[in-house]
Amino acid sequence: MIIDKWLISKDSLEKLFNVLKKDSKKIYAPVGRNGKISFRETDRFGEIDTGYIQTAQSSKEVVFPRTEKILDYNKNKDGVSVKGFDPGSIPEVVLWGVRPCDAMGIWKLSAIFNWDFKDEIFNTRLSRVTVVGFSCARADEYCFCTSAGGGPGNTEGSDILLTQLGENGDYLAEILTEKGSAIVTIASELFRENTVLNKEQFLADVPVRFDREELRVKLEKIFESGCWTKQSLRCLGCGACAYVCPTCACFDIQDEAHGGSGMRVRCWDSCGFSLFTLHTSGHNPREVQSQRWRQRIMHKFSYMPDRLSVYGCTGCGRCSRACPADMNMLEHLISIQEAEA
Amino acid sequence: MDDLRKRARELLEIRAVNVVIGYEQGTSGRKRAFFAEKPEDAEKLVFDSTCIQNLASYVTKREIRDKGKIAITATLPVMRSIIQLASEHQVDDNNLLVLGITSESRLIEFSNLAEMETFVHQYQIEIDARHREKLEKLEKMTPAERWKFWIDELTPCFKCYACRAACPMCYCQRCTVDFNQPQWIPVPSHQLGNLEWHIMRAVHLAGRCVDCDACYNACPLGIPLNLLTKKMVEDAKSHFGGYQPVLNGEHLMSTYKPDDKDNFIE
Repeated sequence: MIIDKWLISKDSLEKLFNVLKKDSKKIYAPVGRNGKISFRETDRFGEIDTGYIQTAQSSKEVVFPRTEKILDYNKNKDGVSVKGFDPGSIPEVVLWGVRPCDAMGIWKLSAIFNWDFKDEIFNTRLSRVTVVGFSCARADEYCFCTSAGGGPGNTEGSDILLTQLGENGDYLAEILTEKGSAIVTIASELFRENTVLNKEQFLADVPVRFDREELRVKLEKIFESGCWTKQSLRCLGCGACAYVCPTCACFDIQDEAHGGSGMRVRCWDSCGFSLFTLHTSGHNPREVQSQRWRQRIMHKFSYMPDRLSVYGCTGCGRCSRACPADMNMLEHLISIQEAEA
Repeated sequence: MDDLRKRARELLEIRAVNVVIGYEQGTSGRKRAFFAEKPEDAEKLVFDSTCIQNLASYVTKREIRDKGKIAITATLPVMRSIIQLASEHQVDDNNLLVLGITSESRLIEFSNLAEMETFVHQYQIEIDARHREKLEKLEKMTPAERWKFWIDELTPCFKCYACRAACPMCYCQRCTVDFNQPQWIPVPSHQLGNLEWHIMRAVHLAGRCVDCDACYNACPLGIPLNLLTKKMVEDAKSHFGGYQPVLNGEHLMSTYKPDDKDNFIE
């Protein structure tokens, strides 16, 4: 639902950034390092990269950090004292420069973290994030958002979505939530009346490459197909795809003990790892990589839509870009549709 | 690379091997690993200077091993990796045929690993000028500066273990980081966990790393992990007179001699 539409000039973006900074919010934005662009905390507008098609890492870390403390514990003579999650420790954050596929990813994570158990830590973080999305004027051959239910100007998940109206042009600002409205309120002098009727002409062309409903139905029939082994032969079994993915949410619980005290943390985990499903008995129900690869696809395109009514993929293409073995998600999904049961 | 395609086709036709590991055209101009199992698959094989993934990682992978006899397209770093793997009893000479590719992109087939070793030993592992410059810069730093450099570089690591997966020498069925009773290395990718992982990985590769850069090329975050392993290659040179993987003989770092001049191990 679009509450409002405004225009903001290109030159006013820095002013907007500074207003948000002054509003004592932490700002995470795309910043380059070692040739890779990722969301990092920054207070300098000039540091933000603008030429990226997609960041190397997704923005999920702001709501689902790679390492999150769940509790502190201390063993003493009276037993064990536990200090749980402190909502006061979670800062107000602005996610700046989020692509529509990533914004949609946050919304999908929310479906996971509120499926049966309502995850307080995730929900607290989410409640304190304002997403300033930027539409895509360019895409590359890894992008397939339009096949994943999104699009280069998709508003889902953003609080405010900015679309540049041509190269060096001003920006259309679509205000989508109350958090978005709050931004306009504190920086009202930067926004002016909108005269643009159609943003579509300024968006990247991302052709639809497959039908995900058809794919979901197909997946129900090909659990035992040889396609999984064929596709995954070159997979090296690392977790790069899962860790750059905006919707992968699997985690592992670890205790970090120092004598009688310590903390319990949840850490990202990946179904690509052989350890992921290893049982205490030594039995591993997914003992080879093809079974792990199948799980990755099934989870995103079959189990999640069945259970959560959302697909576990936004078509951002990061997994394909990050994979050291060129396991290209789009290519594999298209070939699955042609696979024999 | 018509020679390579022709030879791969022949080998598959006469069932001399069950699979030929090579490269094929990947996506976005990348080249990627390819496993030719039928004679007609050989047509897909390609080779050029962009074929940089170290294919030796696949010869210890269970699904590939299970296929039976393997032929592998091998550039110099891949050949070095195979020698090191063989010396660690991870590959069987009778089960592996090496289709070597020289620096001039010429196909050179070896009838056994010893013949390949003779070829490989004509060349020394040399750190290129660009990386040597980076290493010199690191060496000139004070310990505090160097510490900061590595903290800054390693902090972004999220422990996807792509470096481990891409490295042919990381073939352990169960890596030390995957043990949790006891937990040797912290699982979380916080500062300490990251440092311990990368230091352990680097040290485990001392005297074994063939300087192929697979770990760096695999890192989705572009962390210069290969500076650690390259430094060890340099140290091997300055302290031990150089390093060259050998099929039979002493391992640089893990051979104990009773007459060793250092007695710390006694």
